[in-house]
Parts: sequence; structure tokens; C-alpha cells
Amino acid sequence: MHYNTGYHREAIPLVRRFVEMFRESECVCVPSASCVAMMREHYALIARQENDAALLADGHALLPRVFEFSELLTERLQLEDVGASFAQSVTYHPSCHSLRMLNIREGPLKLLRAVRGLDLRDLPEREQCCGFGGTFAVKNADVSVAMLEAKEACVIETGAEVVTALDNSCLMQIYGGLHRAGSPVKTMHIAEILASTEGAV
Amino acid sequence: MSVRVGKTSAARAFPVAAKEALGNEQLRRNVHHATDVIRNKRALRVEEMPDWQQLRDAASEIKQHTLAHLDFYLEEFTRNCERAGGKVHWARDADEANAIAVKLIREFAGEGAQEVIKVKTMTSDEVQMNVALEAADITPIETDLADMIVQLGHDEPSHIVVPALHKNRVEIRDIFRREMNLPELTEQPEELAAAARRYLRERFLRTKIGISGANFLVAETGAVCVVESEGNGRMCVTLPEMLITLVGIEKVIPRSQDLEAFLQLLPRSATGERMNPYNSLWSGVTSGDGPREFHVILLDNGRTKLLEDELERETLQCIRCGACLNACPVYRETGGLAYGSIYSGPIGAILSPQLQSLEHSRSLPYASTLCGACYEVCPVKIDIPEVLIHLRGRLVREEQKTLSGKLGIENLAMQAAATSFTSARRYEAAQRFARVGQKLFEHDGELRNLPGLAGGWTKFRDLRAIPKQSFREWWKSEGRS
Repeated sequence: MHYNTGYHREAIPLVRRFVEMFRESECVCVPSASCVAMMREHYALIARQENDAALLADGHALLPRVFEFSELLTERLQLEDVGASFAQSVTYHPSCHSLRMLNIREGPLKLLRAVRGLDLRDLPEREQCCGFGGTFAVKNADVSVAMLEAKEACVIETGAEVVTALDNSCLMQIYGGLHRAGSPVKTMHIAEILASTEGAV
Repeated sequence: MSVRVGKTSAARAFPVAAKEALGNEQLRRNVHHATDVIRNKRALRVEEMPDWQQLRDAASEIKQHTLAHLDFYLEEFTRNCERAGGKVHWARDADEANAIAVKLIREFAGEGAQEVIKVKTMTSDEVQMNVALEAADITPIETDLADMIVQLGHDEPSHIVVPALHKNRVEIRDIFRREMNLPELTEQPEELAAAARRYLRERFLRTKIGISGANFLVAETGAVCVVESEGNGRMCVTLPEMLITLVGIEKVIPRSQDLEAFLQLLPRSATGERMNPYNSLWSGVTSGDGPREFHVILLDNGRTKLLEDELERETLQCIRCGACLNACPVYRETGGLAYGSIYSGPIGAILSPQLQSLEHSRSLPYASTLCGACYEVCPVKIDIPEVLIHLRGRLVREEQKTLSGKLGIENLAMQAAATSFTSARRYEAAQRFARVGQKLFEHDGELRNLPGLAGGWTKFRDLRAIPKQSFREWWKSEGRS
């Protein structure tokens, strides 16, 4: 949030703290593609700008062990079927940062297809941004909402009961619009669906 | 030196202009339709290219190399252009470029009213050359169909490649009816094209001076390259007795062979065509063939300033294909006029503030969700989201130097958030505080009418209240650590 809005100086201590906190971890799971994108795209850049060789080295050592949630399952653990059961129709919104910065394309769809009872619906225009964009959502609220309305229309067109994604920020935006419009479509992070078992819903 | 980019200085802030654009249903339908059509055509023409990514890499590297040795290649171009009979002029800013053009026209045609025909050049809009020409009693006639529509409609261009993209056929018919005195004209494309053709032919044949832009300058031969779809450009660079080409200094490439990459990337990215119908490439003058006098005006207008910084310099790689505009979800909703700059969309949001000065377009670096669609389609791989973040950083640092910026609500909120994020204890305390505070705004688990910046959220969208138990608290209560 700080870095992307232009508060670069304020982001530095947060970067240091993250690297310090997780330096010893065997594996770090992050339930947000956007956060992982920040680390992979900018940590090295920030360390170089700060002329901090130690931070650069620690970041380099840590980053290969940092996984976005679905990446951890499909790439690190080579899983597709996690044994979940979820008897509802679901559509998947590929968030911009998962798609274009982390290049996550098929993994989440494979995970969802393996869920028992789940009816996966294709989202039209799925690569279009939902209009969240961090502080863009409040700085350019009118445009953000216009983009959101286009996304909502696509979600509703699928007839799905649930819309899911790898990023809670996008889901917060989509929920905000759907709920305000009185739509019964629910928003769930992919982890919530994969954690569902028979009769849980 | 005074750098000007179109009418950027007088433009309203993006959110204000965007709100107005969003209220114009016809405009939004036109922009949705046009960008969808071009975007899909581009996708088809890119998918069929097995070496598209390698072409992008090659083009990006050629541009990077050229920009790192720009002085060398500009001097090489100048020598070769003049050896072939052209004359090269250097303009530091908009006023100098316009003064040179007016002086050349006067020297060639003498005093009194004059006409010039023009082929699509965004650079001339950048320096507002038409305004300067009119002030000198020289009438500029735009010959690109879309530019002609914009000029006759007393409008502004809303797209780099398709300047009248915001107009539909009926609106264009009305402009032609009025300006060409053709009350019976219908909106059939054939009729509109025939009307434009008749109108333009007369002017092509009677006008002695042409003004063009350029897509590329080739240093090793001194050649100038213009690509286009309509053939009006070919008319403008061959029929007149004198030709003036206005071009930004970043358009130079080292060798003719480099066109191999660019002439594949540009048409596919810009209009979804495999090749442009007209590719004009000329150097200097040839007796009995084309203009007998040829001038190139090399324009800086803030460009050299961008060379110092590696990231800012990327902006100068742009070949003005407009693919980022067609891909941008923000542009799709607002159209180009909301950017208040003749360069609109993602590239406009980084180009205009850097050429002119951040001061004149503070809202443009924020006119993006950083979704990355622009970078994905850029044929020369300009990392537009990264440049936007860089410019946001410059704006924030400037803002923080002033007292009002320091005490601004956004700055205070960001400082407070940064403080709480760096300590687990402070973060948890903030969370507890927010849970209590939100009770003022909570109805059935939803937050409504939040104050300050967050009000921009709740005005249009609902927001779930922060749950009673956080993930960490739940984790602890499960006896894990």
C-alpha cells in the first residue's frame, strides 16, 4: 500500500521487518498475490536504492521460499486435489497481480476443478481489472466503481453463487459492489473454499 | 526554455474530468466499442506471431541502446539527412519549434495568408502548432481522416492513433453536414469516406506546403519513415513543393535494418494490421520527384531531461502505437479527454507529467490501478506501472516538503499505518481500537458512511466490519503458536 501509493521511504522499515521476521522460516505462505508481487518486484529494488547489501542478500535468500497460497499447493506441494467438498457454483476472478506479475494461470483452476461438488463457471472478460487498485479505489472512486460495475455484470452473467480469487483486496472491492447492489452472490477467498468439507456450507 | 505539452497546464484534475466523462453514456459506448474492436484485432495478429516476445525484446534493446547514445545517432542522422539535400533544425521547446516552422513557411511562400496540409502528427499537437500557425495567418488543414474530424468538430484528440475514437458515425455525419455544407449526407461509411475524399483532394492539389510527423528517423541513411492507413500521408509528403517534418528526438533508430522489428510490431500493436497499407520512407530531396525543399525540426521539449534516470528514460522508448490505451481498463471507462493531455491513457499518464513537469499533472500518475495490462501489450516493453510508482514517489516526496502536505490526511494516515505495521503490539492495539471505533458506523455487520478518505469507499460500496476474532487470535485459541 505504501510503496504503490508513492510512500517509498515509509515502506523501507516494513520491508526490513518482513525480511527479519521470516528470515529463518522454511517456507512462507502468503494468502495474497499482490503482497507476493510487491516482494518479488520491489524488494531487491528497494535494497539496492538503500545501498543495503545485507538486506539484498537476505531478501534473495528468503524470496524463493515465499509462496502465494495457491502456488504453495500446486508448485511446492504438487497438489491438485486437497480433499475439499463444496457443492456450489463458483467463478474465479484472476487478480491482475496474480496473473501479470506472478504469472499464475492454471493452478487455481486445477485446484477448484478437483473440489467435489463444485461447479466451476467461466468468467467472461476475466482478465479485466476489478477497479480496486489500492488507494485508486478512493482517489478515483468514480472510475473504480465504473470498472467494478463491469466486473459485477460479468460475475452475475455466470450465474455462479460464489466468486473467488487469490486476493482479498479484489474480493473486498467485488463484495462491496455486489452487496451494495443487493446481489446474493458471495465472495470467498480460495482458501475458504479449499478448506470446506462435506456439509460444511 | 518553456516546455509545453498541449493544453496540459489548463487541464482539470483527472478524477474531476473522469467523473464528467463517466456521465456521458454515448461517449462511453463509443470508447467501449472502439477499444474492444482494436484490442481483439491486435490479439489475433499477435497470437499468430511465434516470435512476438523476441521481437519485443529486440525493439526494446534497440531503443535502449539508441537512447544511451542519442547524441551520436542524432548527429549521424543530421549529417546524412543534409547530405541528401534536407535541412535539419533543432528546437528546444514548443515555441522554438513553432517559430522555426512559421519562419520556414514565410521564407518559402512570402508574406500573406497561406495554407498547409498536415499528416497526422501528435508532436504538432504537443507543441500546439496549429494555434501558432493560425496566429501567423497560416491555415493548417488536417488530412488524416480522424484528425480532420477533430479539427472540423473543434474538438481535441482523445487517442494517440485514433484521435476521433470518441465519436460515432452519426456524430461525424453531423460535423460533415455542418462544416462541408452537405445537408443530405447520411452516416453510411462509404458516403462519409467519399465526402472526406472530395474535400481533401481539392486541398491536396492546391496546397504547396506540407507538414508531417515521423514514426522513425534512420541515422545511417538520414531517412524519415511515416506509416499510415489512408494514403493521405503519402499525398502530404509527395505532392507539396516544400515539406517540414516535426519529430521528437527519441524517434531516431540506428539502421534501416532495425525497421524489421518495428514495422512488424507497430501495425499489429496499433491497429491489428499485419502491415500498414502505406509505408513511406524518404531521404532528402530528389529533383523532379516530390518536394524540392525538405526540413526536419528535431524537438526536445523536455525529452533530454528524461535521459538522466534509467527508469524515466524508458518512457522515451514509446513508438506511439496506442496499444496501452486500448488495453487500459481506466481508459476504457473514461476515454482520452479526461486525461487533459494530448497524450492520454497509460503512456500519457507517464509522458505528459515528465515532459512538462509533475506540477501540471499531479493527478495523472494516480490514474491507474497498476493492473499491468499496459506493460503486457507494450511492443517496446515500457514498464509503465513501475514508472507510475516512481512518479508517485516523486510527488509524495515533494508534497512532504510542504507543511500542508505533512499535515495532509493521507500523509498522516500513511505514517500511522507504517508505525502500526512495524510492531505486532501496535498492530494488534490498532486492530482493537478499530473494532471499538467501527461501532459508530456499523449496521448489521456492514460499515456505512465512513469519514475522511474511507468515505470514498463507503459512498459507493459496502464494507464488512472487522471480525471479532482475527486469524492470529483464532490460531492462538486453537492452542497453536
